[in-house]
Amino acid sequence: MNLAAKDIRHNFGRFALTAIGIGLLLMIVMGMGGIYRGLIREATLLIDNIGADLWVVQGSTRGPFAEISRVPASLEDRARAVPGVASARRFVSHTVQREHRGKPLRIVVQGLAWPEDRGNWIPLVAGRPLRQAHYEIIADRSLRLELGEKIELGKNVYEVVGLTSGMVGSGGDGLGFFTVSDAQAIQFDVPGEALRLERQSRRARVEAEYIGQVQPLLVERAVGSASGIPALAPPQVSAVMLTIQPGMSAATVAATISTWPDVTVYSTQQQKDLLLSGMVDKAKRQLGLFRVLLIIISTIIMALIIYTLTLDKIHDIAMLKLMGARNGVIVGLILQQALLIGALGYGLAYWLGTFAFPKFPRLVVIENQDLLTLAGIVLGISVLASLLGIGKAMRVEPNKILS
Amino acid sequence: MTVPANSPAAVEAIGLTKIYGSGNTEVVAMKDVSVTLARGEVVALLGPSGAGKSTFLTAIGLINPPTAGRIVMGGEPVMDGARALVDLRAYRRKHLGFVFQKANLIPFLNAVENVAVAMEINDVAPRAARKRALELLGYLGVADRATNLPDALSGGQQQRVAVARALANQPSLILADEPTAALDSHRGRQVMELFRKVAHERGSAVMVVTHDQRSLDVFDRTCEMEDGLLRKG
Repeated sequence: MNLAAKDIRHNFGRFALTAIGIGLLLMIVMGMGGIYRGLIREATLLIDNIGADLWVVQGSTRGPFAEISRVPASLEDRARAVPGVASARRFVSHTVQREHRGKPLRIVVQGLAWPEDRGNWIPLVAGRPLRQAHYEIIADRSLRLELGEKIELGKNVYEVVGLTSGMVGSGGDGLGFFTVSDAQAIQFDVPGEALRLERQSRRARVEAEYIGQVQPLLVERAVGSASGIPALAPPQVSAVMLTIQPGMSAATVAATISTWPDVTVYSTQQQKDLLLSGMVDKAKRQLGLFRVLLIIISTIIMALIIYTLTLDKIHDIAMLKLMGARNGVIVGLILQQALLIGALGYGLAYWLGTFAFPKFPRLVVIENQDLLTLAGIVLGISVLASLLGIGKAMRVEPNKILS
Repeated sequence: MTVPANSPAAVEAIGLTKIYGSGNTEVVAMKDVSVTLARGEVVALLGPSGAGKSTFLTAIGLINPPTAGRIVMGGEPVMDGARALVDLRAYRRKHLGFVFQKANLIPFLNAVENVAVAMEINDVAPRAARKRALELLGYLGVADRATNLPDALSGGQQQRVAVARALANQPSLILADEPTAALDSHRGRQVMELFRKVAHERGSAVMVVTHDQRSLDVFDRTCEMEDGLLRKG
């Protein structure tokens, strides 16, 4: 007969509560792993889907994801001229936080290089790609915007024409795809008063110079729109993405561009590595430490419970020894209970996780490999937790029955 | 059951001595005690508290080894002083049965499982063990409580289950330490008569430590200990 099962049936309440407690702890351990995987997936989502082979960024910087990068928009045209380049697109990305419907709304503003890129590569769950150069947005569902809804950003109003699902930035904020010019308009939007002050400042600077005093037309131009002043550069972009012609080597193209002193070029994999080593690595270590702590706590709790259950049975164990029970019978009694607590806790963690994790604000990705690893860990801690109880049981003398 | 006349004694205790502590704290609990129990014999071990009865019982029960002396069971030497000559746990499993003042039933097993577990420990197949456990419970008059947990049994019923457990592996020696102390006189006598029945019908030697003078007629003979010495045996 299975003594462990009989004992569990007899102490079902305590056993079930223990399994639930361990299950909840293991669910957190499982969730932490899932959050880490989710961080990576969210962080690399855009790089994986945007379809670039090479990223040309500001010289000596690590690119638009790891740090601020500014390159002139004209870099797109220079890059197109490099042999082997099939296409070049401007990349603009920045996060804005605005108020919408009385609540804060954080959007990762993503610029699409209109007209070449209209967002046809974006997996839509509703609506359509961009059809015009301005005032349209493809929004992720996590932004809780409806199809056809209008949102005011800066001085313009944008209409939601397409919806995506699960397209978020490395911070977990939903992506909003605009044309590059709209993205820049949002990024460099300043209040009218600031514009007026800037223009007055320009006027004062020009008038302070001799040429301004003798060329009234120049003063007139200086107080006009910034885009109308040829001497001022157009707004810069974060990076330029390149795709390589079929049959051409990305390394060859990268080698050519890397000779330009004002830019740095990275492959997609390098860009991902930079992103992960910079932004996600600390989160990974933080979550990893939490997981280790939780596993240790789970082991200690299991060990204490198993030890307490063993102490409760110490008289019965002495009786079994008196009757001549082999050590295997007693070890089996304790070990099977520990393994069962571990297995039930693990099952419960998985079951609860399937309900709880989709409701988490950040993506939680549970991979089979992680589940297998955790199962191995649970097996290990179950055995470890039972050692204390087994040790105690092995030291019990059969004559304890007389006391 | 008839025990052959030339069969070896169930147990021979030869010059058993047990000393606890050493030096100033030395206590002689049992000194040079020699007893022989034949198979089928039921013997009472009497004596006041602290006389060394339990020490003697646990020594021949292979639980608490003597400091000196020899124990021979069924003709086979098993202890020479504190040195075990056989695997004591295996020997207890196969040849000894125990009954105590408290029934010491395992609380998470019902009556029949409490009996069957002793056999399963001794490698009897579960189905056969359960069948024989039910037979033993019937023999001891508690078959109708076979599926009850110990909590649901009276003291007398628990003690009968404990006796059934002691009998499970057909031991050559049953040792009982004040098995009726927690029972009223009527039920106490019933248990004592049960030991007699077991000894005479099944051929086991039974030694019972008791203070109960009213049931002494049940025993084939009595031994008496005082101050660690066997006065009469």
